Amino acid sequence: MSRVAEFIFRRRGRSGWHWTDVFTWVWLIGGLFIMFGPAVWLVGSSFKSPAALAEFPPTIMPYVTQKATVEGYDKPLDLYEVTMPDGSKTVLAEVRRIGIVSQMVSPDKPTEIVKVKIAERTPVRTMSFATSNYSEPFTHFDFVRYLWNSVFVTVTATLITLIVNSMAAFALSKYEFRGRTFAMLLILATLMVPLSVIMVPLYSIVSALGLFNNLWGVILPTVATPTGVFILRQYMLTIPDELIDAARMDKASEWQIYWRIILPLTAPALAVLAIFSVVWRWNDFLWPLIVLSRKELYTLQVGLSIYSGELNVQWHFILAMTVVTMIPVVLVFIFLQRFITTGIAGTGLK
Amino acid sequence: MKADVPKGTGSSLGEAAMAPVRLAMAAIDAPLRWVQRRLGIGGMATFFLLPNMLIFGVFVLLPFFINFAYSMTGGTALFLPDRSFVGGEQYARLFDCANYTDPNSCAEDTFWTAVGNTAWFVLLQVSLMILFSLITALILNRELMARSFWRAVFFFPVLLSPVVVGLIWKWILQRQGLLNFGLYGLGFDPYTWLNDRNWSFAATVGVSIWAHMGFYTLILLAGLQAIPKDLYEAAEMDGTRPARAFWRITLPLLMPNLLVVIVLVLIRAVQIFDEVYVLTGGGPGTSTLYITQYIYETGFATQLRNPGLAAAASILMGAVLVVLTLVQLGLGRKGEKKGARK
Amino acid sequence: MGHIKLTNVTKSFGAVDVLHDINLEIKDGEFVVFVGPSGCGKSTLLRMIAGLEKPTGGELAIDGKVVNDVPAADRGLAMVFQSYALYPHMSVRQNLAFGLENTRMPKAEIAERIGEAARMLEIEAYLERRPGQLSGGQRQRVAIGRAIVRRPVAFLLDEPLSNLDAELRGSTRAELAALHARLSATMIYVTHDQVEAMTLADRIVVLRAGRIEQIGTPLELYNRPANRFVAGFIGSPHMNFLEGTLEAAGAGTAVATLKGGHQLQVPIADGTAAAEGPITLGVRPHHITLDAGENSIPAKIRLVEALGSETVLHADVAGQKILIVAPGQHNLAQGDDVRLSLSAAPIHLFNDRGIRLERAV
Ligand SMILES: Nc1ncnc2c1ncn2[C@@H]1O[C@H](COP(=O)(O)OP(=O)(O)OP(=O)(O)O)[C@@H](O)[C@H]1O
Ligand SMILES: [Mg+2]
Repeated sequence: MSRVAEFIFRRRGRSGWHWTDVFTWVWLIGGLFIMFGPAVWLVGSSFKSPAALAEFPPTIMPYVTQKATVEGYDKPLDLYEVTMPDGSKTVLAEVRRIGIVSQMVSPDKPTEIVKVKIAERTPVRTMSFATSNYSEPFTHFDFVRYLWNSVFVTVTATLITLIVNSMAAFALSKYEFRGRTFAMLLILATLMVPLSVIMVPLYSIVSALGLFNNLWGVILPTVATPTGVFILRQYMLTIPDELIDAARMDKASEWQIYWRIILPLTAPALAVLAIFSVVWRWNDFLWPLIVLSRKELYTLQVGLSIYSGELNVQWHFILAMTVVTMIPVVLVFIFLQRFITTGIAGTGLK
Repeated sequence: MKADVPKGTGSSLGEAAMAPVRLAMAAIDAPLRWVQRRLGIGGMATFFLLPNMLIFGVFVLLPFFINFAYSMTGGTALFLPDRSFVGGEQYARLFDCANYTDPNSCAEDTFWTAVGNTAWFVLLQVSLMILFSLITALILNRELMARSFWRAVFFFPVLLSPVVVGLIWKWILQRQGLLNFGLYGLGFDPYTWLNDRNWSFAATVGVSIWAHMGFYTLILLAGLQAIPKDLYEAAEMDGTRPARAFWRITLPLLMPNLLVVIVLVLIRAVQIFDEVYVLTGGGPGTSTLYITQYIYETGFATQLRNPGLAAAASILMGAVLVVLTLVQLGLGRKGEKKGARK
Repeated sequence: MGHIKLTNVTKSFGAVDVLHDINLEIKDGEFVVFVGPSGCGKSTLLRMIAGLEKPTGGELAIDGKVVNDVPAADRGLAMVFQSYALYPHMSVRQNLAFGLENTRMPKAEIAERIGEAARMLEIEAYLERRPGQLSGGQRQRVAIGRAIVRRPVAFLLDEPLSNLDAELRGSTRAELAALHARLSATMIYVTHDQVEAMTLADRIVVLRAGRIEQIGTPLELYNRPANRFVAGFIGSPHMNFLEGTLEAAGAGTAVATLKGGHQLQVPIADGTAAAEGPITLGVRPHHITLDAGENSIPAKIRLVEALGSETVLHADVAGQKILIVAPGQHNLAQGDDVRLSLSAAPIHLFNDRGIRLERAV
């Protein structure tokens, strides 16, 4: 065991703890809690009932107060463990509370009311996952619609991004033509024109095209990403030109060269772009917020933010929906984290 | 990156899924051969470039240029032809201030509040972001057990959507939230952090750092790992102390990556919107109202929307972004020259 | 079939003129080799014939039809690239099939042609492998196979052997020669290795700086190089060049005076008396003999390379370097004085512009 600890906490020079070693581990362990803690807390909270959510101090695990149906009362009553004046403990159901005194009955003798000071009772609680937080939004709200809208936007935008950007990258990497440098510079220059700078006129153009309140209005403005063209082009430049010459000698048309030679060979870069595009489009917020004003068109992000901004926030649903919104991205994180991090390190794009 | 031969031949299932794509691509081929006959091989370059350029022209270039036109028109009408030309009036309105240090003395006081807030935000967020991600990168660059795990830990929030980030923290900072729970354990009373002007400002800074730090850490880490180990060994042989090695070796060699990170952090900090909008909605009052939210609300969300004013403000913001980038690039160029001389 | 004719063809990349006024006729079934130093335009010329580059001027005809504007795909040629350019994501079989599928050939015929080519090139065993899983020599065969299955009017090969090791290069060269004999198709072959050129070619085209210096059979080039450049380029080791002056001395002969005063009698053609003056005298290393006889030239040994079957001597003749390949083994060392005889050697004379003076043999 100590061997393991020694291995884990390998240090500089291995003679005693340098202050940097202490700092490193404080930082890392602290980071672990700060980075993962909030999300874990969110997931935990999403299984709590509204009553448990309103409690303070909160519990770590989701608990609910046990209820019992008692003869003579319509609604189920909360169960409490009561310390009786004689010191014994029994379980009673609360009928009503007046001030600091609670009127309680024993489930066995529904007619006999016992008065108990509230300090002398504690609720009987069991752990219970409020899965209805998840199931209800799916059945009663437009949540499924939002989910579908988000999936549609993400998948369509990513496909179009891949096709359109790879075609452009092909043209810019494998053909000589007048204005090539100009086109390249133009594309790169727009890295400096973020959405927040052009949202007013972009909105009018999208409206003029009849794409206001239309998912295509969310999709189209995002698909010609300069970063996409850029990384694909960089990658295609490493494909030898002789392959293209060989294909031309093999009577391949330019289109065939594109999709039978270039695309398969660009697969690694396409995969990187696809992952990024999925994350980008899934997470998009400001632009969908502007373009979509009809409830049934909301994407998950817009729907969530609108719901969370309402006056009486139904946190139990919001939390559950947030968790669902997180799932695809967390899956991407779990399975492709290494791939993404090396991709970022290599290209510096996000 | 290098063009590698893709591994494996692909499952038969994948091939079956590809079959319709194959057919579609093959079907497109015949008409495109005809197009190629007409245009020649060089002309096909135009064909491949066209869809991208079209989308790009319509949704990026065109709005970029007509933004200037918008900023010189008035009224609430959406489409440019319906709007009245007002010249520089919108800009004049934005700059109509008795005293520039006091937003309340301005005609468009929310604009100046947003500008002031954004400036503070950028100052604080950028410096802390750089500091934290640099520290994290340096730590991850040490000889660590399970380094990729720790890297992943700090990277995790990067992929979360801003809305999710905002909601997570809204939930933690609310009255019955985790933070108060922790403080309660230490004997403090619960506090509604997001109803406090200063704390909610601090929260926007902290949350945006939390969400994006991992990304910049990665870029810096890549830079650190590219520094040859033997430089440190040589320094150690010379008896250089670690602190000096950091200032004289690590920092200069990390400069290119650090500059990239500074530019990116700056540009994104100026445009901050999503997380903040969900977390505080700009409040309480206007204490966390930043410039993008001002533009959004002026252009779209308020009752009396004013696209012209929003366009003017967005152009000013764009100008600031361009200046920041150019300054940064200039510094980078200088740094490179200096590096080359050494 | 496979008759290619270039008339006044030029090629420029932007302001850079890469090929000047190329006139060349390649007969059906001929094996023509382009040689020349690196950067002289061999590949460009080949790619222009292939249709991968467009001529800037002049006319290119295949089988009598002008093809300047015909795209590469429609010229009916096949090319083997220096890097092989095999499609890395396709199996060998798919590589071979790709070009045929593009012509919508029936599957059965494709299979048959691949089978035939695979048998011919002995690549059947790895038809299902990817290029990345093959050795250099195997890839080279696949690249040739990809050309063969197309049954082209002509084969264009751009330094196909340059990525192979010396031994493999030798054996593949022999196979290529056999293949040409068997297919009897036109082949145009680019190399800067003059041994390949000499052994494979029906005719060699020597290029320099975008111009054709000489066209001829290997032995024509060897025996009657048109100029100093060709003389130096063809033959291994290179021809020796000695500076001197020429004076006429009666009908059909002249006297060449080498630097250092040594005089040689050389036969010249009538009518070249005007070439009197400074000349360069060319003599191949194999033709010089170690002989102390009459009219021999004194030389000093600078370096001895004993190869066993022959000895390569680097020597100095009145300040000019000279190379001698003497058969057998010689007991000589650096600094030794020897005497050389050129009496048995065919002597080539080049005027001050490097043009060969026609010698009346
Ligand atoms: N696409 C191009 N643009 C500009 N110049 C070019 C281009 N292709 C070739 N050149 C130039 O044309 C000249 C001839 O090139 P080419 O490739 O034909 O030479 P080569 O004889 O094949 O040489 P090597 O033996 O090295 O292959 C070179 O000077 C080269 O720099
Ligand atoms: Mg070449």
